Amino acid sequence: MSDSATTDHATTTGMSHNKLAMWVFLGSECLLFGALISTYLVYRGRFADGPAPGDIFDIPFTSVSSFVLLMSSLTMVLALSALQRGDIRNNRLWLLTTALLGSLFIGGQVYEFTTFFREGLGYTTSPFSSAFFTLTGFHGVHVSIGILMLMSMFISSLRGTLRKEHSETVEIIGLYWHFVDIIWIFIFTVIYLVPSPTS
Amino acid sequence: MTETTTVDDVVTQPLGVYTRPRGGTGWRDWITTVDHKKIGILYGVAALFFFVVGGIEALLIRLQLATPNGTVLGADMYNQVFTMHGVTMIFLAAMPLSAAFANYLIPLQIGARDVAFPRLNALSFWIFLAGGIVLNLSWVLGGAPDGGWFGYAPNTGIVFSPSAGMDFYALGLQITGVASLMSSINLTVTILNMRAPGMTLFRMPVFTWMMLVTQLLLVFAMPVIAVALFLLAFSRLFGAKFFDPAVGGDALLWQHLFWIFGHPEVYILILPSFGIISEVIPTFSRKPIFGYSFMVFSGIAIGFMGWGVWAHHMFVSGIGPISVAAFSLSTMFIAVPTGVKILNWMATMWGGRIKFSAPMLFAVGVVSMFTIGGLSGVTHAISPADTQQTDTYYIVAHFHYVIFGGIIFGLFAGLYFWWPKVFGHMLSDLVGKWNFWVMLVGFNLTFGPMHVLGLQGMSRRIDSYSPGFGFELWNMVSTVGSFLIALSVAIFVINVIVSAMKARGQAPCGPDPWDARSLEWLTPNPTPVHNFDEIPVVESLDEFWHRKYGTDEDGRIVRVASAEEVCEDGSAVGVHLPSPSFWPIVFASGLPFIALGLIFNLWLTVPGGLLVVMAIYAWIFEPVDDPDAAHGDHDDHGGDEAAADTTEEAPVV
Amino acid sequence: MSTTETTEEQEEVVHDDHDHPSDAKYFQIAIILGVLTALEVATYYVDIGPALIPTLMVMMVVKFFMVAAWFMHLRFDNSLFTKFFVSGLVLAVAVYVIALSTFEFWSKG
Ligand code: HEM
Ligand SMILES: [Cu+2]
Repeated sequence: MSDSATTDHATTTGMSHNKLAMWVFLGSECLLFGALISTYLVYRGRFADGPAPGDIFDIPFTSVSSFVLLMSSLTMVLALSALQRGDIRNNRLWLLTTALLGSLFIGGQVYEFTTFFREGLGYTTSPFSSAFFTLTGFHGVHVSIGILMLMSMFISSLRGTLRKEHSETVEIIGLYWHFVDIIWIFIFTVIYLVPSPTS
Repeated sequence: MTETTTVDDVVTQPLGVYTRPRGGTGWRDWITTVDHKKIGILYGVAALFFFVVGGIEALLIRLQLATPNGTVLGADMYNQVFTMHGVTMIFLAAMPLSAAFANYLIPLQIGARDVAFPRLNALSFWIFLAGGIVLNLSWVLGGAPDGGWFGYAPNTGIVFSPSAGMDFYALGLQITGVASLMSSINLTVTILNMRAPGMTLFRMPVFTWMMLVTQLLLVFAMPVIAVALFLLAFSRLFGAKFFDPAVGGDALLWQHLFWIFGHPEVYILILPSFGIISEVIPTFSRKPIFGYSFMVFSGIAIGFMGWGVWAHHMFVSGIGPISVAAFSLSTMFIAVPTGVKILNWMATMWGGRIKFSAPMLFAVGVVSMFTIGGLSGVTHAISPADTQQTDTYYIVAHFHYVIFGGIIFGLFAGLYFWWPKVFGHMLSDLVGKWNFWVMLVGFNLTFGPMHVLGLQGMSRRIDSYSPGFGFELWNMVSTVGSFLIALSVAIFVINVIVSAMKARGQAPCGPDPWDARSLEWLTPNPTPVHNFDEIPVVESLDEFWHRKYGTDEDGRIVRVASAEEVCEDGSAVGVHLPSPSFWPIVFASGLPFIALGLIFNLWLTVPGGLLVVMAIYAWIFEPVDDPDAAHGDHDDHGGDEAAADTTEEAPVV
Repeated sequence: MSTTETTEEQEEVVHDDHDHPSDAKYFQIAIILGVLTALEVATYYVDIGPALIPTLMVMMVVKFFMVAAWFMHLRFDNSLFTKFFVSGLVLAVAVYVIALSTFEFWSKG
């Protein structure tokens, strides 16, 4: 075979295509969440006859679930560092923990949504309600996709196909996961903690 | 040649329950290809098809408006036709035609064998096509979108637009948007990460540079329209209250989101054309581009400033005097880098031994027509003037001068210029010149008079007008002109067909028909599947030209090597290429079902969703490189490329 | 192989994964993040008057960048990644702050 083929595997910047692509994608996601958050901010005071944000937010509850998501970032990075050391067992353990913490967060969100719904905040109640559910819903979908990816990793690890040389894959999924966490750091402060209008 | 590309048929192999396609010929090859060149051709064919569809819609508009009280289309049909004309031309013709050039040329210009994620590239194309199909299905499924291409709320709500048309708009554009986003990430990584040795950023051709800026604009602009379209879709499908003024929904929110995307989009459309003519003009002026770094930096500057001007589309929307003043100013500033480019092209031509072949004619057409459009653009940067002009035919005239004059002419320049590269034979230059002149005359007859009509007060988006306002003459002229444009497109099609027939049985046109400058011409025409026999080592800007020319002892430029000596002959064997795949098209084919399901019957989303999920998992289990197609002497397929397309997934290979 | 010629952009790169922080460091970061979150939540119970919003913003930004710098390894990785991410971030903040201004969000909320 001709020698020229071998250049296929070297990259100009020395960085892998995958990781670069993920970072470009995350840059793009900033604009996506920015638009959703702005939509929410414009509408947070427009709650028509329905409940206002300040009336229904349950700060202690959301604080707990925010903390859960924050800690899942720790377990995620521990999963990666375990795999980088070739420590398959701990990698598996932390992957699973991360997925569980993520699921706990999603469970909290489902609980929050149903509570709000019972208190009279439906998706179509007001611009505020539509914007709130859309923003947090998009975030929830992102977390759920992350959980699916983590579980795929976990299963792959059980089958013995997730080894030290694949740590970049885990790293990239981790980037996505931390990003989703970062977005929540923003949402938690700006949407929940900054005092909201009340009716 | 490699096994990958010569084995003719589908070969069963033990990877699982399916057979993996291998190269092959005919339609099977086209639907499974991951070759950036074939994908580029697919984009081109689809875009030209939609260009004709959008053109027919334009002719219908012009027929309706040719005389007062036109009766060709009813008011309702008129709304659908102009909306779909705009949407088709922008999202289904101009953008994908740029994508065609980007896909075909970027890897060649930077000295690469393919893009960073070949399967993702195929996926982008098929998703784009799925979106185009969804949009156009609306014609037969209860009516096309009728809210204008920028779909202002609350006009697009159920109340004012009760047909399913705007649902098709929201979902169809969402789908094409996904395709654009994927492809922009792919090409960004390709340009940054796959350059040949020595190809530093500042040795890249201007075309590749402009494409890089375009991709970055796409990366950051697509998510914004995605959100806008989600809000619209959720409002229409699930009753969300985003744009319902009765309960406090705000029409301006849509306008902001749309134009935050929309103005960068304008540059997404124009920069590729700028890139194309920046290759054509130096080649036909036999001079290097004047002020390469100015060209690059002005392109980057346009990319940046394009984010700070969006509200000039909203001067009369009630955004307040401070906003109007600020955006008025920023808009005037953005004319500066654009002016720099125009001057640089003129300086490139200045003193050159210009050869007016068809590509050059079209390129000069861009420089002149775009300048006219740019000047009328500056007149509406001045907000008081814009208050008079907005929503009149003056605006329609302006944006056609930039869109048609600036973009379509540029894309035609590219088609004539790179046709031999892609197909191995030239288009007739004589017919090409006819093509140009008829198009130029038709274009100016169509859109020139619209300036007058607009200043006379003729509104945009009206389906008819009464006699006696002085609109008759110029509308008739405009309609006549539009048929001249149609004629010019017909000339192009005839040129394509006749040139192909003439070329049949003949040897390819040979290397370097234009005495060109950049790396893509190093490969033979048409480009072999593996692109380069040997990945070139780049030493300068205009590498290919520098391999052909040197200076003698008096410092005069002399030819040192013939094209035949410099160009490769395409004879390399055993080059390792990514293998074809079924899954991109399977994935994409699920999306129309999901869209139709959301509009008509949720059950339809089930097969759609299943197709997508199946494709994703099959995709993950399918290595990028078919192990059976490899040559065995290196075992590195599990490296960075193997997981390439599966970024977010397990390496469960 | 090894055809990657050294050019300006290439010199700064190729940090290997080896200088990644230790697990103990990660725990340390997580503790700081946890404490900051606790402080944030405390503002819900303790009235700090007009300092509230600036305080919240500062803590948010610190948390944000700590996760990005340590957990996402931006501190250690190729600066190209930081550039992409920061471009997206800065662009988003700038564009949407301007858009919100046209809604007079800051004065009327
Ligand atoms: C044969 C050439 C063309 C003709 C005769 C033509 C004619 C027209 C006319 C008369 C309108 C105004 C409709 C109205 O406001 O009632 C219009 C709108 C428009 N055209 Fe074209 N056009 C042509 C090519 C193009 C191309 C190549 C593009 C873009 C790549 C384009 C993009 C648009 C857009 C975006 C609108 C605005 C639609 C809207 O108001 O929502 N046109 N065109
Ligand atoms: Cu604009």
